[in-house]
Amino acid sequence: MSHDLDSLYQDIILDHAKRRLNSGLREPFEAEVHHVNPTCGDEVTLRLHLDGDVVRDISYDNQGCSISSASASVMTELLIGKTAAENQPVFDAFLEMMRGKGQVEPDEDVLEDAIAFAGAAKLTARIKCALLSWMAYQDALARAQEDSHV
Amino acid sequence: MTTTQLAGLLPELEVIRADFPILGRTLAGGLPLVYLDSANTSQKPQVVIDTMVDHLERHNANVARAMHQLGAESSEAFEAARDKVAAFIKAPSRDEVIFTKNASEALNLVANTLAWARGDLSIGTGDEIVITEMEHHSNIVPWQLLTERTGATLRWFGLTDDGRLDLSDIDSLITERTKVVSLTWVSNMLGTINPVAEIARRAHEVGALVVVDASQAAPQLPVDVVASGADLLAFTGHKVVGPTGIGVLWGRREVLDQLPPFLGGGEMIETVRMEGSTYAPIPHKFEAGTPPIVEAVGLGAAVDYLSMIGLDAIHRHEQTITTYALEGLATVPGLRVLGPLDAADRGGAIAFEIDGVHPHDVAQVLDSRGVAVRAGHHCAKPAHARFGVQSSTRMSSYLYTTPAEIDALVEALEYTRSYFRLG
Repeated sequence: MSHDLDSLYQDIILDHAKRRLNSGLREPFEAEVHHVNPTCGDEVTLRLHLDGDVVRDISYDNQGCSISSASASVMTELLIGKTAAENQPVFDAFLEMMRGKGQVEPDEDVLEDAIAFAGAAKLTARIKCALLSWMAYQDALARAQEDSHV
Repeated sequence: MTTTQLAGLLPELEVIRADFPILGRTLAGGLPLVYLDSANTSQKPQVVIDTMVDHLERHNANVARAMHQLGAESSEAFEAARDKVAAFIKAPSRDEVIFTKNASEALNLVANTLAWARGDLSIGTGDEIVITEMEHHSNIVPWQLLTERTGATLRWFGLTDDGRLDLSDIDSLITERTKVVSLTWVSNMLGTINPVAEIARRAHEVGALVVVDASQAAPQLPVDVVASGADLLAFTGHKVVGPTGIGVLWGRREVLDQLPPFLGGGEMIETVRMEGSTYAPIPHKFEAGTPPIVEAVGLGAAVDYLSMIGLDAIHRHEQTITTYALEGLATVPGLRVLGPLDAADRGGAIAFEIDGVHPHDVAQVLDSRGVAVRAGHHCAKPAHARFGVQSSTRMSSYLYTTPAEIDALVEALEYTRSYFRLG
């Protein structure tokens, strides 16, 4: 039972929840979005700075549980500095794992620290916590790209 | 489980617990269930389950339209449930009891039909609706919709730091412009019991209608709708040991007669011609379509069960458990209770926060110990915002809760702190 708890709250997650890498809102940015988990009220404001196709910065301000805070932290560490196209497989793999009801074997080469959320994927109530900042990133990316094509 | 003996607990608590089959189940790892989420939904006694199964197995038919023996039995059971509910809330007339889907639908029925009302009850620009900052979203949003649609203005009572209604500005809030005062009897988040009758008296002085959300009151306080001062009162079945899918709106006959129909359709009519229709008298005027029949029958069994035990005794039990829980929670370092700290003024829902641990994480660790609580905003975001928090953890007891379960909660909270290395 506390084994289950430990598989959810892995050290990677507790560590990221505490450190909250890249948190705080920064300039410049091309898109800012605000996402809410209506069932629990968790919130994130996320800014994306694109330089051509390269994700130069993702900054955020969030109020949420350790799973949603850690997820934002891990995500920014994984995605900053790569092109949006390079990030897409990581994003897709994370989504696939979180929506896989714990049946999807995550690829550590692609997901790196984000495989720590495999435990959360087994808990219906926590999937949205882990996905909140990722969905915000996807939304911000779409807006930034849309604006750059206008 | 040995039960700590406290004066005020229901006698034969173990017998009552045995009425609720789910309390005997175990969770993952063989842990006993410690169910402290009754303000969310209550568990169901065997008599409610059996009554519903019996109805489905032996008496199932549509009501008020089937000309056969089963139809008569089903109609009789459905209408008998209305009698039981009327007795439960001391309604002057059974016709004043309207079955809805839940409390939200009951409150929306009132807010919508008021938006459509003509004559004395009509609402428009310059009129005011008064609610409170401690309402459940279901007693906020329908009034926001009403004021947006009618041009009326929404105002509200604020809260004091200790989680009570701030009544200091009652005379400037409830004025000649006030058409409706709608408030909760017992807060689902803070646990506060509000002085409904006192506020209703002031509202009636200016001719306003009083709407009471009794969703958290009906399970744990003796309800006398007339003494409460309400003109309209709503509660839901699943919090009074009944099933989901059934709620109740009680209203004074004169008010219900004046309100226009809510949903149109079968059962709510007197006669229908292509040029227009006339409507059935209450309660059927507000019950269009096939109602939740077996759910109503189950609710009838539920309120009979509570009446048999006695609401005074249940209230005393809840106060005893709440006192014990407040004492236990006070021993947990870094824990802050949101709401009154005196059990005499509050119901059995206690929301709290723990420094350094998010409510979701608290609830997750408690769940791993078999303790079921709720975490989040409890559909009361404005009340949370008032206390500067985004969410909270909430334990809520009921007539089957034991002091040993409170001990298990407190112990699990200590474990939560150590799990997250808070010392």
